[in-house]
Amino acid sequence: MILDLNITSSCLIKKDSVYLNGKKLFSYLDTASTNFLLSAYRFFEMNYPKFYKMDNLCKLGWLASEILLKESFVKDKYVPEEIGVVLLNKNSSLNTDLKFYQTINEIPSPSLFVYTLPNIVIGEICIRNNFKGETAFFIFKKFNSEFIQQYVNNLFNNNILQACICGWVEFMDDDYKAVLLLIEKDKSSISKPFTIFNINKMYH
Amino acid sequence: MSETIFVAGTGVISAIGNNISECLDALKNSRTGIKHMQRLDSVHKNKFPVAEVNLDNESLESLTGLSSLKSRTALLSLVAAKEALYNAGIENFDNLRTGFVSANSVGGMDKSEFFFTEYFKNNQKGRLCNVVNHECGSITELVAYQLGIKDYVTTISTACSSSANAIFFGARLIKNNILDVVIAGGADSLTKFTLNGFNTLMILDEQFCQPFDENRRGLNLGEGAGYVVLVSEKVANTLNKSPFIKLSGYCNANDAYHQTASSPDGNGSFLAMSGALKKSGLKPEDINYINLHGTGTQNNDIAEGSAIKRLFSPIYPKMSSTKAFTGHTLGASGGIEAVFSILAIQEGIVYPNLRLQTQMKELPFLPEPNFLQNLNIKHVLSNSFGFGGNCSSLIFSKI
Amino acid sequence: MDNLLLELKKQIIAQLNLQDIKPEDISDDLPLFAEGLGLDSIDALELIVLLQQYYKIKLTNADDGPKVFRTVKTMAEYIENHQTDK
Repeated sequence: MILDLNITSSCLIKKDSVYLNGKKLFSYLDTASTNFLLSAYRFFEMNYPKFYKMDNLCKLGWLASEILLKESFVKDKYVPEEIGVVLLNKNSSLNTDLKFYQTINEIPSPSLFVYTLPNIVIGEICIRNNFKGETAFFIFKKFNSEFIQQYVNNLFNNNILQACICGWVEFMDDDYKAVLLLIEKDKSSISKPFTIFNINKMYH
Repeated sequence: MSETIFVAGTGVISAIGNNISECLDALKNSRTGIKHMQRLDSVHKNKFPVAEVNLDNESLESLTGLSSLKSRTALLSLVAAKEALYNAGIENFDNLRTGFVSANSVGGMDKSEFFFTEYFKNNQKGRLCNVVNHECGSITELVAYQLGIKDYVTTISTACSSSANAIFFGARLIKNNILDVVIAGGADSLTKFTLNGFNTLMILDEQFCQPFDENRRGLNLGEGAGYVVLVSEKVANTLNKSPFIKLSGYCNANDAYHQTASSPDGNGSFLAMSGALKKSGLKPEDINYINLHGTGTQNNDIAEGSAIKRLFSPIYPKMSSTKAFTGHTLGASGGIEAVFSILAIQEGIVYPNLRLQTQMKELPFLPEPNFLQNLNIKHVLSNSFGFGGNCSSLIFSKI
Repeated sequence: MDNLLLELKKQIIAQLNLQDIKPEDISDDLPLFAEGLGLDSIDALELIVLLQQYYKIKLTNADDGPKVFRTVKTMAEYIENHQTDK
């Protein structure tokens, strides 16, 4: 049986703005991407000191996941093993790889090394929310809605997940973008069908 | 739609051998690949032993036909993928949808390191051809091109569980009738980047590692590649030989505890192992051998051991960590160890957990210290756990 | 010693990106790990880097970490003992 899945929440962070379900919640014009991430963290009054320690890819993905889940998600509907995360991007953890590389000649930084893997952003989201289901990080040349739709559908159809955060988290210098979707079986008043068309609409 | 996923062939290269038969010989004769550092040009040369593949890039070039100017990660990948394809014995690919799902965690970092040494001194210097294949996906594409695979090519990068995830992703592509044949696994070469990185985490052993020993001190890094050729039932029926191994279970779970450390009771490992068992329809007592993740760090071995205790107590299968032979090959480890797990079934053998001296005081069991043969091994569980809390387990079964 | 304590607190905050915390929030005897400041194993490694970078002290045995890094005070004592050695 092929299930009809729904996008029950979506968060888009791009060009100095944060959108939840299509509505702009925050914008901050600053040429430096790190200032933007920090001011978004403060604007949404988040209290998670670990945030400051994350690399930029994790900060971006973590922020997007917090905003994605903040209004409608009822975590208690699911057991932790049924909630998963599937993310894609273009440049893996390259931004932090380069930063770590610059420390190699003096004293290599352990806290930078920790972030030289793209899937750490998934770990950060799972740690925060106690999600223990299947997770995966894929690297694609560009955003691939067909793949996301097919892959996540398969996880639901085989009863591996009951809820999933999926999407794109990319950070390279001042070029960044996050599009996260929350996928669930049940519809809601604001949900949209989990179709390739709708995924693409949310990315752009 | 193929419900059963068959293993038609395997290929491997690691510090203990450049192909299946060399690796098997080393495993049977307890010959470790961990040595004094020879190839990698590092300031830690005399401090940390490593497990390097015994061929330089020029020899790998003559073995594969791929230029030695390309990343060592791609060269290693191509050696093992070619062997796996050859062993599979599929004669005609014309009407088969074929994919290459390959994992790695360092990409072309070995060549990037060359580039930056010169570039940092003078930003007009450094050859750009050394950085064009830096990113992980580029390695997969280089190798796919050499293999002539075009239908489906992708890279998975989830740290040390990468290639286990590549294998079960490959299985899903066949199950969902997207492909008929998938070469799945992974590769990683040893680089200064990873050596320095693991050194900052203070989890490298200055002696030869002792996984699952009470007095373990950390891990030794290694390099290599390992691939399996997965095929649908339809393809399996056309092969001259009957492949008698299947991938019967797999599961991925997140430990949700720390960026790099495992939770003390190994929650993620427990979920991955029990999920794989559930998927295969097997009970813990059906497992004959566990190829442990067993890195030799304090943290991994107690977490993995505690999870095994919780799942298997009171009857434990044979188990061992082959990282005492190959070092920890990171993105390649799940692929190399999948190949070793399949060989354990085919040959009816269990590998020794080398250098095991003292049982861990928290655990009621000891991995197997000796080489065992003439066994009937039906089901093998292979564990791969990575940074980011990414835990995966695979089960291979005799048909 | 007081100068060193204050100096250390500032360095810890900078090295570990503890942006919401001020030096006066860290008492000399506050446990740095677990129930106190809540640092983790990666932070411990960064503290080792800190000792090396600012005080040229190399802590080679990770097992010494828990003793040395128990509180800011134990860190300061360790630094003083190891600097007078020279």
